[in-house]
Amino acid sequence: MSGSLIIFFVLALLAVFAAISLIVQRHPIHSALSLIVVMIALAGLYLLMGAEFVAAVQIIVYGGAIMVLFVFVIMLLNAEEEERTNFSKLATYAGIPLALAVAGFIAAAIASSSGSLPAPESSGALTSTKTLSNLLFSDFVYPFELTSFLILVAILGAIVLAQRET
Amino acid sequence: MVPTSYYLILSAILFGLGIVAFVFKRNIITIFMAIELMLNAVNLAFVAFSQSLGKSDGEVFVLFVIVVAAAEAAVGLGIIILTARNRRSLNVERVDLLKL
Amino acid sequence: MTEFLTKYAYLIVPIVKIAILVFIVLTVDAYLTWIERKVIAHIQARWGPHRVGPHGLLQPLADGVKFIFKEDPLPAHVDKVAYFLAPFITLMLALTSLAVIPFGPQKFTVFGYETHVGIADVNISLLVLFAITALGVYGIALAGWGSNSKYSLLGGLRSSAQMISYELTLTLSVVGVLLIAGDFSLRNIVEQQASPARGLLTWNIFPQIIGFACFYIAAIAETNRVPFDLPEAESELVAGFHTEYASMKFAMFFIAEYTSMIAVSCLATILFFGGWLSPFPASWAFTHYLPSLLLIPFGLWIIYDGIRYENLFGRIVLPGVGTALTVVGGALVLLPVLNDAVQGPFWFFAKVFTFLFVYIWMRGTLPRFRYDQLMSFGWKFLLPVSIANVVLTSVVILWRMH
Repeated sequence: MSGSLIIFFVLALLAVFAAISLIVQRHPIHSALSLIVVMIALAGLYLLMGAEFVAAVQIIVYGGAIMVLFVFVIMLLNAEEEERTNFSKLATYAGIPLALAVAGFIAAAIASSSGSLPAPESSGALTSTKTLSNLLFSDFVYPFELTSFLILVAILGAIVLAQRET
Repeated sequence: MVPTSYYLILSAILFGLGIVAFVFKRNIITIFMAIELMLNAVNLAFVAFSQSLGKSDGEVFVLFVIVVAAAEAAVGLGIIILTARNRRSLNVERVDLLKL
Repeated sequence: MTEFLTKYAYLIVPIVKIAILVFIVLTVDAYLTWIERKVIAHIQARWGPHRVGPHGLLQPLADGVKFIFKEDPLPAHVDKVAYFLAPFITLMLALTSLAVIPFGPQKFTVFGYETHVGIADVNISLLVLFAITALGVYGIALAGWGSNSKYSLLGGLRSSAQMISYELTLTLSVVGVLLIAGDFSLRNIVEQQASPARGLLTWNIFPQIIGFACFYIAAIAETNRVPFDLPEAESELVAGFHTEYASMKFAMFFIAEYTSMIAVSCLATILFFGGWLSPFPASWAFTHYLPSLLLIPFGLWIIYDGIRYENLFGRIVLPGVGTALTVVGGALVLLPVLNDAVQGPFWFFAKVFTFLFVYIWMRGTLPRFRYDQLMSFGWKFLLPVSIANVVLTSVVILWRMH
């Protein structure tokens, strides 16, 4: 059991338990906190794979801005615990195992074909930010400009949506 | 050294859990969070492939996915705030005016 | 025994360093409160704490004992997860942010394990610090919401909105330094400001004066200090987001605030003021004796003051402290090896202490911003200025390259 395998299992179990906690918790604020734990665990996994800049951006943007937005909205709307449903029990008892079976099927397909996946080259090598920025501004400059435009449109949309009815 | 398939299996499991949360929860904000969980699972798959192939294209794409998720969260939460004020409830089963 | 230590040195040495650093930081926090109360008191023409020990030096100890023995009530109908998690998150993040700060240049070897003065030396230490600052919003938001009280909720939301607004400026104002240095690692940023011949003149403060101004103002807003401390102002909102917290949990918020002050001051010295570099050129060899030059007279003055102190306890303790300081100063003169090792951390702590003093000075002098003034200042003035700084820096760098 090498060190990176142990760290992988710890972070993977943390992510899966936090995702299960997101489903199981009744209050949306606790689900939001579980999602933040998932994101931090995934940032740890990115660090394990050598993607240090992506890990930092994941925590700063996803965990520090997007999830803060979620938490603010939950606090502003004064969300309460979910009420008991009169949904059919069949959906719960048949649906959850079915969904997990789908996920397990995909996982098994991946595992069985793992021989044809290329082995990780340069194990543990860190991706330098310079490489990322070179790619971003040379090969991917068109999507980059489009996403900046997308953010501008999103800002305008959020402002229009948040205006009070006069 | 962790094999790539381990990361992909974890990504599939998180995606499946996101689908379960999406289908079974009734609070609109929790459903939105399930979408973010699915996006994160996909990001993990991207970075895993990027490491396995040795190129950094996957990581650049992860940055784009994060940006798009941010824009979507901003606009989506604005819509959620308006809908919640209109229908006075965050329960998706209450938004049923178009039902027969 | 030695074999065990050598084999597991990569685990044991960082743990020992963490223990030493946490102990030092908590002691510095405690005495920072003493310094703050004394300095603000003297600005306001009164004595500060002067009864509890000689010159009030045992006041932090008395405060600590008070915090431990005070009743810790649990308000009704609080959200248990949020209420208990909030001070824990804030304190944990504040202490973790000190892990990536390099305190000195030396690399030394212990039990065959080469290590440096600082806990973790990562390539992206600056990004790690920003990530920790970004997560710090949660502590305050959860504290405000979990307390089930409208004053706390308002204070928490206001404070989190303020922190998010100034976080953008904080990150952007540092981009100028990154463009000059070309690296995220804090250690490399300090190394790039080093020039033994010209000392002070190559520090980042001179090309990046606008960036420094934006950074320092945004940092004060991030740590919720005067003049940006409306969310926790005592006269406006009871006590803001930590109204419902008492004794140990309040102490956690308190320690977290002072620790983040220390972390931000360390960051400001590393990014703009050369970290552990001496401001004098290396050819001025007599400046190597500055630590001793400060310690020996200070120690003698404490002895002189202590001998004539009013009560017996002070007459014993103060001369003891003074003698210890004088002996340390003398040892630095006599042992050049020790003197060289102390140079880097001495300049680092001197600069950090200067920044902390400016923080305290501002608390004693400036009035506080109103909330709308605060937000419009952050979004409409500081953010465009820091973006302009980035553009200006890149234009100058490109112009110099050709």
